[in-house]
Amino acid sequence: MNQALTSKRITIGEGGMIALFTVMAALCVLGVIKAQDSAFAFHAAIGAAISAWAVFAIITRFSSRPAARPPQEINGVPNYNFGPVKFCSFMAMFWGIAGFSVGLYIALELAFPGLNVAQWVNFGRLRPLHTSAVVFAFGGNVLLATSFYVVQKTSRVRLAGDLAPWFVVIGYNVFILIAGTGYLLGVTQSKEYAEPEWYADALLTVVWVTYLLVFLMTLVKRKEPHIFVANWFYLAFIITIAVLHLGNNPAVPVSWFGSKSYIAWGGVQDAMFQWWYGHNAVGFFLTAGFLAIMYYFIPKRAERPIYSYRLSIIHFWALIFLYIWAGPHHLHYTALPDWTQTLGMTFSIMLWMPSWGGMINGLMTLSGAWDKLRTDPVLRMLVVSVAFYGMSTFEGPMMAIKVVNSLSHYTDWTVGHVHSGALGWVGFVSFGALYCLVPWVWNRKQLYSLKLVNWHFWIATLGIVLYISAMWVSGILQGLMWRAYTSLGFLEYSFIESVEAMHPFYIIRAAGGGLFLCGALIMAYNLWMTVRTGESSETQPSVALQAAE
Amino acid sequence: MAEHDKHGTFDEVTGKHTTGHEWDGIEELNTPLPRWWVLTFYACIIWSFAYWAVYPAWPLVQSYTTGWFNYSSRADVAVELAKLEAIRGDKMAALATAPLADIEKDPGMLAMARARGKAVFGDNCAACHGTGAAGSKGFPNLNDDDWLWGGTLEQIEQTIKYGARSGHAEAHEGQMLAFGQSGTLNKDEIVTVANYVRSLSGLSTRPGVDVAAGGKIFAENCTVCHGDEAKGNPDLGAPNLTDRIWLYGSDEATIIETVTNGRAGVMPAWIDRLDPGTIKAMAVYVHSLGGGK
Repeated sequence: MNQALTSKRITIGEGGMIALFTVMAALCVLGVIKAQDSAFAFHAAIGAAISAWAVFAIITRFSSRPAARPPQEINGVPNYNFGPVKFCSFMAMFWGIAGFSVGLYIALELAFPGLNVAQWVNFGRLRPLHTSAVVFAFGGNVLLATSFYVVQKTSRVRLAGDLAPWFVVIGYNVFILIAGTGYLLGVTQSKEYAEPEWYADALLTVVWVTYLLVFLMTLVKRKEPHIFVANWFYLAFIITIAVLHLGNNPAVPVSWFGSKSYIAWGGVQDAMFQWWYGHNAVGFFLTAGFLAIMYYFIPKRAERPIYSYRLSIIHFWALIFLYIWAGPHHLHYTALPDWTQTLGMTFSIMLWMPSWGGMINGLMTLSGAWDKLRTDPVLRMLVVSVAFYGMSTFEGPMMAIKVVNSLSHYTDWTVGHVHSGALGWVGFVSFGALYCLVPWVWNRKQLYSLKLVNWHFWIATLGIVLYISAMWVSGILQGLMWRAYTSLGFLEYSFIESVEAMHPFYIIRAAGGGLFLCGALIMAYNLWMTVRTGESSETQPSVALQAAE
Repeated sequence: MAEHDKHGTFDEVTGKHTTGHEWDGIEELNTPLPRWWVLTFYACIIWSFAYWAVYPAWPLVQSYTTGWFNYSSRADVAVELAKLEAIRGDKMAALATAPLADIEKDPGMLAMARARGKAVFGDNCAACHGTGAAGSKGFPNLNDDDWLWGGTLEQIEQTIKYGARSGHAEAHEGQMLAFGQSGTLNKDEIVTVANYVRSLSGLSTRPGVDVAAGGKIFAENCTVCHGDEAKGNPDLGAPNLTDRIWLYGSDEATIIETVTNGRAGVMPAWIDRLDPGTIKAMAVYVHSLGGGK
């Protein structure tokens, strides 16, 4: 072979990465020495250790790799790069179980406040750990895994870049590690869903721009004439998250060697930026990104064509255009001007049908394949996720209406709404996708056990129903108690009485969360056994190349 | 699905054609937009335009479009508050000016004061005294007839206004001294006097402890505040030790801790946080809980 004769040279990417991480390691060591607070020193030490490991790993990988770079195709079949997909699938399952467990613990803390036993596990620190772990760590790794898989398969090309995809997936998980340990140590900029401090934000920015480049460059070299619908949604998700992250997080560090910073925005402008970010994190991370998953995995699993191409175009652009305006509905009846609240509310109403376009396309794709729901619990999970998506995207605009919001705001109803979307939609579509993805990328004929998937489905569904019905009842009860007046014109209940009234519902909610966690543990076992003991698939050529990590 | 034509493949199940493209085996049908979907979408858009016409909606250079209804959430709040004042009526105004002693004589005003007091108590006092005012360790029960600082209307109002050891100049002062820490009493003496204090309420004493000697220690050190008969003194906040009501607990260890380290619980002053009418209402509410004198 000609390639064997090529002399082995270090690539620009490898050399650049080694230089970059050497500088990073040195900077982090400087950070440890000059640190203003112990949390910063701890994070700088993590940074130094990981940078040094990266230099070592890249050099080891170079010395053991063949001289020629991996071919784009082998015998006319694209030489897909599934290494980063596998890594993220594994991390998703790991962070998912961690995030669900922390969620269960804080649910129990609300029911039994005595569980707030130490500062590191107090509700205030664990709550952002829970939200970040489930949304960004679990959800984010599912999005990374599926987007890197789908963009390759639907473009019929190998993923762009050599080290870059690994930089994205490992860098992203290092960001999660820094953010999560920071919360436990009390490091936070106190912006909901944007708690990580300035240095973690900076790391995420670099990782995210690299993610965008890898994804875009893969699309650019695609072998298909058109870009598949799932990739529009992935691209919208990646670009918008970059914009939201930069818009919401400009901050001035107190010291370059300290963890504390101050946000550039102030007062009502800061609140507006925060909820423009917060709402669109839901819109573009948890909706657009996971719709992309739906658009690939449902037709693939059901073996049916997507219901309507036109609907996918119209609802995509309507969703993208309308979602970005809806944030102010999080700030009804606050210092935000009335006109801003009006726009937030009306754009939320207009958003209803564009959201439902995705639901119609997901459900109607099942035409001619509905019978598969009886035999395939994975498909059932995917379809039920779309049903939950439809329910949440109706409930959301309804709660954005000011009169409804005056009852629901600040109550558990909001928490229930978020979780019907998070557990039902994001959770189930992710589980469904991972159940498909793991056998595909590890070349297994099938899952270890469909029966266990069935158990997972029913246990988790029961958990979700308990969770959201408990929160509906407690939320509406709370709202009604807070606004109840006596005939003499005084508040009927004190706040603490409304807290007492929540107790039984908090226990039911924790039970629901516990069931959801049990389901995820069953899933982790099932996937582990699929990879460990599953029969290798003969139909798919084994082309996945593992990097040297 | 088989036969190809210019519209892509024909799908037998739906009777539709595909668009002719295919990605990793996935095709798309050329289904038109569902009619109900389009109409509902239009309806939402039209409704939004109508809403913008009547409510504040779009920013202008210096102000914003106010809409035909001339709506403002601030004006709304003012209307709501006025409605509330109307419901409360002149009884609430009367409450502010009426002498404290007269409020309980007027059933209407009493009902108003109790309703007001209960609402304010729940959001300001319940955190320490509990929603039912039953108190807990270190926080007095307000339902019984045992009062640290006196249980008349005026005394209760005084305590609410200025608090105890609150830092306010008018606050109740006086505290349980730390007899052990200051070295006034040694460990044995403290055990002895603690058992004497238990005996005052008819509680069992530790075998071998000379209770009579405890009475002597009590007479020399404690009667100054708690009185010769240990019935307490509301001017100093010294509790009655004979009534079987315990603020911190009646077990020997707790009493030893109290005598050794002293006690100085804090009740905040409310005079700068609540208006005089509200404080009056709260005094009446607490007084009427059952133990008022």
